[in-house]
Amino acid sequence: MQVENTEFRPKIVAFCCNWCSYAGADLAGSSRLAYPADVKIIRVPCSCRVNPMFILRAFQRGADGVILCGCHPGDCHYTTGNYYARRRMTLLFSMLDYLGVENGRTRVEWVSAAEGVKFSTTMNEFVAKIHELGENVRLEDLRCKG
Amino acid sequence: MQRIGVFVCHCGTNIAATVDVKRVVEAAAKEPGVVHAEDYQYMCSEAGQLKIREAIEQKHLTGIVVCSCSPRMHENTFRQAAKRAGINPYMVEIANIREHCSWIHKDIEEATEKAVILARAAIAKVMLNAPLTPGTSQVVKRALVIGGGIAGIQTALDIADAGYEVDIVEKTPSIGGRMSQLDKTFPTLDCSACILTPKMVEAAAHEKITIYTYSEVEKVSGFVGDFHVDIRKKARSVDMSKCTGCGVCQEKCPSRKTPNEFNRGLNTRSAIYTPFAQAIPNVPVIDREHCTKFKTGKCGVCAKVCQAGAIDYDQQDEIITVDYGAIVVATGFDTIKLDKYDEYAYNQSPDVITSLELERIMNAAGPTKGHLERMSDHKPPKSMVFIQCVGSRCADKRGKSYCSKICCMYTAKHAMLIRDKYPDVDVTVFYIDVRTPGKNFDEFYRRAVEEYGVHYIKGQVGKVAPQGDKLLVQAADLLDNKQIRMETDMVVLATAIEPNPDVRKIATMLTASIDTNNFLTESHAKLRPVESPTAGIFLSGVCQGPKDIPETVAQAGAAAVKVVGLLAKDHLVTNPCTAKADPIFCNGCSTCEKVCPYGAISYEDQLVNDHGIRETRRVAVVNSALCQGCGACTVACPSGAMDLQGFSNRQILAEVDAICR
Amino acid sequence: MQKVDMAKADRLREMSGVNTRKCMKCGKCSASCPAYEEMDIRPHQFVSYVESGDIEPLLESKSIWKCLSCFACVERCPRDVKPAKLIEAVRQMVVRQRGGNYLSPNEVPELLNEELPQQLLASAFRKYSK
Repeated sequence: MQVENTEFRPKIVAFCCNWCSYAGADLAGSSRLAYPADVKIIRVPCSCRVNPMFILRAFQRGADGVILCGCHPGDCHYTTGNYYARRRMTLLFSMLDYLGVENGRTRVEWVSAAEGVKFSTTMNEFVAKIHELGENVRLEDLRCKG
Repeated sequence: MQRIGVFVCHCGTNIAATVDVKRVVEAAAKEPGVVHAEDYQYMCSEAGQLKIREAIEQKHLTGIVVCSCSPRMHENTFRQAAKRAGINPYMVEIANIREHCSWIHKDIEEATEKAVILARAAIAKVMLNAPLTPGTSQVVKRALVIGGGIAGIQTALDIADAGYEVDIVEKTPSIGGRMSQLDKTFPTLDCSACILTPKMVEAAAHEKITIYTYSEVEKVSGFVGDFHVDIRKKARSVDMSKCTGCGVCQEKCPSRKTPNEFNRGLNTRSAIYTPFAQAIPNVPVIDREHCTKFKTGKCGVCAKVCQAGAIDYDQQDEIITVDYGAIVVATGFDTIKLDKYDEYAYNQSPDVITSLELERIMNAAGPTKGHLERMSDHKPPKSMVFIQCVGSRCADKRGKSYCSKICCMYTAKHAMLIRDKYPDVDVTVFYIDVRTPGKNFDEFYRRAVEEYGVHYIKGQVGKVAPQGDKLLVQAADLLDNKQIRMETDMVVLATAIEPNPDVRKIATMLTASIDTNNFLTESHAKLRPVESPTAGIFLSGVCQGPKDIPETVAQAGAAAVKVVGLLAKDHLVTNPCTAKADPIFCNGCSTCEKVCPYGAISYEDQLVNDHGIRETRRVAVVNSALCQGCGACTVACPSGAMDLQGFSNRQILAEVDAICR
Repeated sequence: MQKVDMAKADRLREMSGVNTRKCMKCGKCSASCPAYEEMDIRPHQFVSYVESGDIEPLLESKSIWKCLSCFACVERCPRDVKPAKLIEAVRQMVVRQRGGNYLSPNEVPELLNEELPQQLLASAFRKYSK
């Protein structure tokens, strides 16, 4: 199938913590649970490693959505990392919303190493949402294009 | 300048079927810094690794990217290959084009495009990689076992027999645990005490084992190989070095109204007590809550009668700090509370008892000296009803969702023993399913039915109601499709077991993960069943999940082997991907210290050369042995001084850029 | 051969909010039921009949008029299946099929009694307005 040029192909960055969500994504893979190829995963040791700067940079470089996945509350490999991530992202996402990057473009989800199904459904939902919202035009630095 | 090699794996057809591997190689070769790119059928094979080694040596590569399966699978394999070829193992990055690409996409065009982008991101990251050297940390050659039941005792014995020091911390006055309360054990009907007490004695006498009874773990810090544990030795009020265990104090103690925990409250004990006759150590404790001397100041009988002068009313709790290399949790279980099960009339009638209470009644050292009798009028029962799955397999909020696993077997045991000893007692068991997986287990249950004439009825009991001196039982017989109403003399509830409630506190101290039912989580359900995901913490017995005695002993041995494997090492290799502060940027604000869950960050005055200005500043220093590399501090740092090696800000930004390019 | 009517079974599940798959067939509902002896189809059977789509016998059963709506089965079910709600749904289905001879709202206030559980009231209306 030749992808038409006019078709919107979103750029989606997914940050996954090494211990739960990355393993959950691996499980989705080994269970052959499909989700769109638009999602590209970056492995981080813990969701608390994700600096708001990384997310801003993604939007600056033309990302259409950013999702952060971590261990379920209480299950963090580093005990409290995901709580920090949750707080930081709550603040960041409300600021992004204020700046015009809709809340639907950013998401935090808890995915355990056993939740391949959840990982896949989450990604499917998230991509569908981005399709609904269309291309992101805010924050993008046009000088970075090309 | 970095010289990068890219190696793309076909993984047979796992990757090659949906990703055009040749195109990935071509695209990767065009990336800046890449001086070598090739593909191979199986990169992880001996031949594949040889290709990597040859390329590193011939093209003088400084870093490599392997496009293959998940790094969780083969990252270490390729790191070792790189190391053998003479480059730093941390100069390796993996692009996961199998689990995250070929396996989930069907369209070759789409999958290939994604694989190229993932390879690009990995190349961008490896360009910024720096060689890292793992540090080492010492291993303290001593293990701690929390809990002195059969699980803890067996683990301690196995570790001690391998030649390492072990401490057992037990919160009650004696080791022995639940097994010491049991009368007989299935399916062989050995007397529980006869097989347990020798083990208790052996543990107490072992030169490598130290037992702290009436003690609790108060605080845990440190990490695998070097834990620091505060143990609170509660005041016994009896000097252990002087007491001879003669027992006179217990006989003479005038306050005898305290419910006897060991007999599950079926009778009472004195305020100064040992839980049971074979207690180890055989030194009593004074229960200060119930002792007249402590309540009113007037009594002191025990001190008067003690010829050894061992009674010490002024004894204080003592906290000792000990270092351990490994910790085993063996905190065991208790039965659930039955307050929410009014339909079984447990709180209304003394003749409705739990199975553990029946164990005490059947035991020769128990409250009835082993005579089967009703607790209300001490008459022998003529008929008995056993109810299975009380609080187990429940989806409602009253009970537990899991099967308690041991109840089917001990109920068969109780029914059989009663029919054997008192053949005129009619025994009926109401069951939902009889679950007997285990060696000789089903044969045992069939014997109860066929040889001993125990009536098994499929159907749950709906209500137990005291009626005169009898109990009315209303139940369903699902196979005959009828409702049964019968009178009986005693009802025994196969009460669900739950992890000891204290385990949540202990798990929090150890940062060991715990599930919604308070069972400790194992590192891998199949392949690492006795290890907690937290390094250096091991699991033994029911704290990990319901199990019977043989399984507990087997798991205790397995946990001991894992501990010995750890203690046998002289030092451990630490993860080099730790945080590091740049003293030039650090302003000593202490923000990072507050978010660090490991207490790995401290501050010291350092001479800093800030663009020619030399001054002494307070800067953050990370203890790389304590740091686990979560990165919480890197984001918290307001000045951007803190960075995580192996996952640096620049590396992750490079990945983001590569993906969004 | 029994007639399988999955559409009606789904309707009953929807009306009652009962998930029949949660049942582990322990029979505690039937063990608890005070009207058991008078029923032709027993509380635990309601769950399995609906699960297998065998609805016709339930609609014709006299059990639905014998159920006291005491909710002992709901209270004690270890799997939280709520058989009485299922029986209630069958009753409702029968009433609706007959053309819905409900009480008029004006009649309700004087029948109210604070001591009565609301659910019993609702079931009673349905039962005695047949």
